[in-house]
Amino acid sequence: MAVDITLSVNGVPYPLTVDPHASLLHTVRGDVGLTGSKEGCDDSECGACMMLVDGRPVNSCSYLAVQADGSDVTTVEGLSDGETLAPLQEAFLTRGGVQCGFCTPGMLVSATALLDRSPDPSEDEIRTAVSGNLCRCTGYDGIVKAIAAVAAERAAQG
Amino acid sequence: MSTATSMTTSASSRTYVEARDVATAVAAMSAGARPIAGGTDLVVGARHGKAPLPAALVGIHRIPGLGDVAPTDGGGLRIGALVTHATLMADPTVLASYPGLADASAIVGSHATRANGTLGGNVMNSSPAMDTGAPLLCHGGVAVLVGPVGERRVALADLWTGPGRSTAAPDELLVAVELDALPAGGASGSSYVRLQYRRQMEIAIVGAGAVVTLGADGTVTGAKVAITALAPVIHRVAESEAALVGTDGGFEAAKAAGAAAAAAARPISDVRGSADYRRAMAAVITRRAVLTAVRRARGESVPVPASDTTFGS
Ligand code: FES
Ligand code: FES
Repeated sequence: MAVDITLSVNGVPYPLTVDPHASLLHTVRGDVGLTGSKEGCDDSECGACMMLVDGRPVNSCSYLAVQADGSDVTTVEGLSDGETLAPLQEAFLTRGGVQCGFCTPGMLVSATALLDRSPDPSEDEIRTAVSGNLCRCTGYDGIVKAIAAVAAERAAQG
Repeated sequence: MSTATSMTTSASSRTYVEARDVATAVAAMSAGARPIAGGTDLVVGARHGKAPLPAALVGIHRIPGLGDVAPTDGGGLRIGALVTHATLMADPTVLASYPGLADASAIVGSHATRANGTLGGNVMNSSPAMDTGAPLLCHGGVAVLVGPVGERRVALADLWTGPGRSTAAPDELLVAVELDALPAGGASGSSYVRLQYRRQMEIAIVGAGAVVTLGADGTVTGAKVAITALAPVIHRVAESEAALVGTDGGFEAAKAAGAAAAAAARPISDVRGSADYRRAMAAVITRRAVLTAVRRARGESVPVPASDTTFGS
């Protein structure tokens, strides 16, 4: 029996009718139409589907949409201000944190969750935070440096 | 065994309700629904084809009052079933008094697993490889279950009966796990150490938890040791504990405790390690867990999670 829910995605409320077993990822990509979040494994291994649900990082492929009813969901599309990229997005571009880009939406969301809870992370904390996000291309170094650079910029701005 | 037809439920037969109190959840469970909180075991298990997602689900993730960590009247700790690993690993009381539990919570899955995975789900999944199991057992963990006829308390040692199996009835909801007060008669330290091929996104190949109490003269007056991923259930090892009491808690004593743990282990061989390797490592990992607990009991600071820093000990 389909269930009526409301998902607030990047601040916009979407009334939806979903199958109880539908994943948050498929619902956001298919029903809401935001395809920034990727499906790499559908198995909580790769992190390409990472979203924030009420600020918590969630592997949305393995989270039921019905459980997010009434929650605030943030996807990669919610990080920028229109066409103006967020500092993390800029830093990924300038520091070699992006190659094919498939892991990038999830990486950015994980990094956002990290900096929200720990504004001045050590390199170890950064590596821990993105360890649930697999990247086939970059070798991770540019990603780690990009996150560290944004943390340092923020610290410098006080 | 599941048949091909029962592997998937038709969309029309699936139901979901969200419970806002324990009674509603238990009523739904009595009618056949399975509880779901973070979904990090249930949904991921279904993705793996381990078991299909149950047709009837009851969301328990927003039940108020199940997400608290609070002291008990007896000086112990009550951890609500919905407390996440992320909360546990940063809780000041857990870090100060039950650091072995923080060691375990800090290495479960990835940060997303820890942000959503709950202690209750971990306990009721009854995995012999779950990281929090050994520390909970060492601290006398008791499951508080609520069913249609009321509440009952079951020691975790009597709850787990095998991989994925427990003595809880399908209509009993775990609401909390209670831990004993720290042992009297001296300063206590605890730890959990696992053998891991990588630091995150890992499942214990072998694990061990220890709680050690030292008297005023530094003699071990009490010890609890439990081993992980070395038998169908996580269990205490009385021989390891006996090998420690009365000693100075030094390397030789810890080594004897490790040897006893290896002797008690009944490991399997699988893709992550052979039985022989696991048995050999049971000695090493138990030794490290004991030595770490002793260091903490002596007041030394050992960072959480201990697994990342105890190589070579
Ligand atoms: S698609 Fe969700 S973790 Fe890979
Ligand atoms: S940039 Fe290609 S997977 Fe990360």
